Amino acid sequence: MAQRQPADPAQLVLDVRSVSKSFPGVRALRGVDFGVRPGEVHALVGENGAGKSTLIKVVTGVYQVDEGEVRLDGRPVAFGSPLEAQDAGISTIYQEINLIPLMSVARNLFLNREPSRFGVIDSARMKREAYEILRGYGVDVNPSRPLRSLGLGAQQMVAIARAVQIDARVVIMDEPTSSLETREVETLFRVIRRLRDQGIAIVYVSHRLDELYEICDRVTIMRDGETVHVDEMARVDRLQLIALMLGRDLTDVRQHGATAFAADHDVAGEPVVRAHELHRAHQLDKVSVDLRPGEVVGLGGLLGSGRSETARAIAGALPLDGGSVAVGGVPLRRHSTAAAIRAGVVMLPEDRKSDGIIPNLSVRENIVLAALPRISRAGLVDKGKQDEIVEFFFERLRIKASSPAQKVGELSGGNQQKVMLARWLCLNPKALLLDEPTRGIDVGAKAEVQSLIDELAKEGLAVMLISSDLEELIEGSDRIVVLKEGRMVAELTGDAVSQGALMTALAEGDPSPTAGDGAQA
Amino acid sequence: MTTTASTPGDAAAAASPPTESRRERLTGLAQQQGGVAVLVLVVVLASVFSHGFADTGNFQSILVGNAYTSLLALGMTFVIITGGIDLSVGSVFALGGVLAAWGSLHGGLAVGLLLPLAVSGAIGLIQGLLVSRARLAPFIVTLAGLLFARGLLQAISDEGSTTYLVPRDSAFVALGHGALVPIGTAVVLFVLGGVLLTRTRFGQALFALGGSENAAMLMGLPVTRTKTLVYVLSGTLAGLAGALNAARLQSGVTNIGVGYELTAIAAVVIGGTLLTGGAGSVAGTAAGVLLLAVIQNLIGVHLSKYGSSASDLANGVFLALVVLVQTTLARARRLS
Ligand SMILES: Nc1ncnc2c1ncn2[C@@H]1O[C@H](COP(=O)(O)OP(=O)(O)O)[C@@H](O)[C@H]1O
Ligand SMILES: [Mg+2]
Repeated sequence: MAQRQPADPAQLVLDVRSVSKSFPGVRALRGVDFGVRPGEVHALVGENGAGKSTLIKVVTGVYQVDEGEVRLDGRPVAFGSPLEAQDAGISTIYQEINLIPLMSVARNLFLNREPSRFGVIDSARMKREAYEILRGYGVDVNPSRPLRSLGLGAQQMVAIARAVQIDARVVIMDEPTSSLETREVETLFRVIRRLRDQGIAIVYVSHRLDELYEICDRVTIMRDGETVHVDEMARVDRLQLIALMLGRDLTDVRQHGATAFAADHDVAGEPVVRAHELHRAHQLDKVSVDLRPGEVVGLGGLLGSGRSETARAIAGALPLDGGSVAVGGVPLRRHSTAAAIRAGVVMLPEDRKSDGIIPNLSVRENIVLAALPRISRAGLVDKGKQDEIVEFFFERLRIKASSPAQKVGELSGGNQQKVMLARWLCLNPKALLLDEPTRGIDVGAKAEVQSLIDELAKEGLAVMLISSDLEELIEGSDRIVVLKEGRMVAELTGDAVSQGALMTALAEGDPSPTAGDGAQA
Repeated sequence: MTTTASTPGDAAAAASPPTESRRERLTGLAQQQGGVAVLVLVVVLASVFSHGFADTGNFQSILVGNAYTSLLALGMTFVIITGGIDLSVGSVFALGGVLAAWGSLHGGLAVGLLLPLAVSGAIGLIQGLLVSRARLAPFIVTLAGLLFARGLLQAISDEGSTTYLVPRDSAFVALGHGALVPIGTAVVLFVLGGVLLTRTRFGQALFALGGSENAAMLMGLPVTRTKTLVYVLSGTLAGLAGALNAARLQSGVTNIGVGYELTAIAAVVIGGTLLTGGAGSVAGTAAGVLLLAVIQNLIGVHLSKYGSSASDLANGVFLALVVLVQTTLARARRLS
């Protein structure tokens, strides 16, 4: 597909005019306007649930608009399927990685436009080309391997390579970097700049502010299914951007600081959880942690330092070679998650997609799942009690869903996280272990989850917090235990809970020269 | 911008793709080609221990006896790879036979061949549209197809009481003559089927559909068309198989084909095709067909004195074993 006419920067290549789209119970888009010029990188930002993905799916024919119109090069279009959108020159990387895990890397890359001779695919050439193309994206793998054998980052790079390979005039990327490492992000940016210089329009969705300011020319901000602001990227500063996304006053955001944590808590009494010399070959080396009611204990450390392992060990999810866990002074007799939960220790795992939520069940069902044994009599579920519990947490955690009957899979990441939290809270736990509770959720939901953690601690829950976000860890924790290579190297309390002290602990804890190099750990 | 990211033609020439580890390859092979391995094993054992098995005449009769019905399994392979199922093939097979006999009686070779192909293709098309456009479950749609085709057959054969005979001097008879024609036809169609599956866009789309329909749609594959076509293909193959079989039997037998769809499914699964879709091969299905045929043959020789229930039992146990082994291998592969 060659360029049909020279790109005129004033003319919009993609022009969305007052588009509305509803799902049962949700008005996802309410008269959205969105325009992209040729040769620009256009940021599309908004809180989770603002409607960004829906807008993209409407533009690319996955959904049809209820009202309004989409124009491509000034002509109204209505795509019936992503195939039609692709043929018209819109190439898309959807938020969820959309490739076929069982098929080979090469086949995924070329699916539906394989190099062929007389209708027969030239697979040798396909593999060769796939290998060359992917190496350009820093992915050096045998293209005959099934896609699922690759890491998430590499899979995402394949998706990106595929989308860019299509001769498109508009390339849409919905959170392309959420599973990429720094090095991979740089590669992606090189690709984006090259495309932009060729006059291709790029729509870029991301929650990472640094990225937006680095790569984007203009920005459209969405909130609750509406366009609230369009501007040059450089003319909107960070606080303004966040304020616009959240719909709060600028001064409000300034006062609150970067996180939503309040001051330190009153810590009272004996530890509820005593983890003593937890040991596991190659992973944990005699780690001891106490959790007290009302206290948030942070676990500091780089990737691979044993933070998640410690949490999982306490929650009974990691087999141990030695050590013990006592709850309320009573040692757990069996080391299992069931025993830990019965004793009142629950964990919110890092990967909620695979370890936690059941996307096809409703919010209600997901919440009461763990509580079922308690609210049923003779095997029958007490419906009234169930509704009561669900109602309570729905309100309490401010879960944003059309109703408790909505499927969890349809909620935004932040709200899925809240549903998970609700599930454990309805067990009335004594200790809550949180592994990266705010990863991958947007600023608004992040602030809410943070203040929830605060509230829960204030109510007397013992909380353990793991976070790679240093600010969150420092402001959220009353005490920080620093781990390095499975060993405790420092404990910060009181005024020592600060960025400087944490950095020092991380750096000094290990004499090897790799200290401080997070990407390598 | 001087950096060009995506086509490093200069550097790529020197390097070549790394290869899979040997273990990866072996477990992969075992899962995909397990049927072939078991087939070889069974044939070798039977040749040693079963008197009269390793005999040219016996081999030939096994091959000829299964040549045409194997086409049902071929079509089924395509359908199952998309994650669907086609329960109608047994009935369509029988209907194809009756239509072929009737057609050759009234219009010679051309009608005898084209009529069943057209009707079975049409049945496949309707089923395909119901699955792809109306989004009905393939199980239900093709179950209805099974009943419909059987009903149509009853209607044109006076409730099955009229058996049309293929005229002995018709050129149509040649299609079922001897051993070479049936075996050759099956081999050619399986090879073509293999090429279609692995070396064409249509074939790749089948895998993609079975792997993840949503992703296939988002990647811009012609999902509806592919899904429709796969049922047309399966139906047409079943009709063709029925017609050729009628040529071999020289009549349109009306009570034939009952339960053939299940045998076809069994052969496909034994051949390593995942019932959930997304993976499979034509070679595997060929091995599955032959394996079932050999077992049938052995059971016929050794267990016939115990009656047909014994052979069904043996077949069932065998199928369960193969599926068990396959799932275990697939799981081991996923973990490695
Ligand atoms: N398939 C769907 N069915 C029902 N509701 C949906 C569906 N997809 C999205 N939604 C709802 O539409 C709103 C916008 O979601 P989405 O476009 O995914 O937001 P974003 O990508 O900005 O996070 C949310 O309230 C979400 O729950
Ligand atoms: Mg989204």
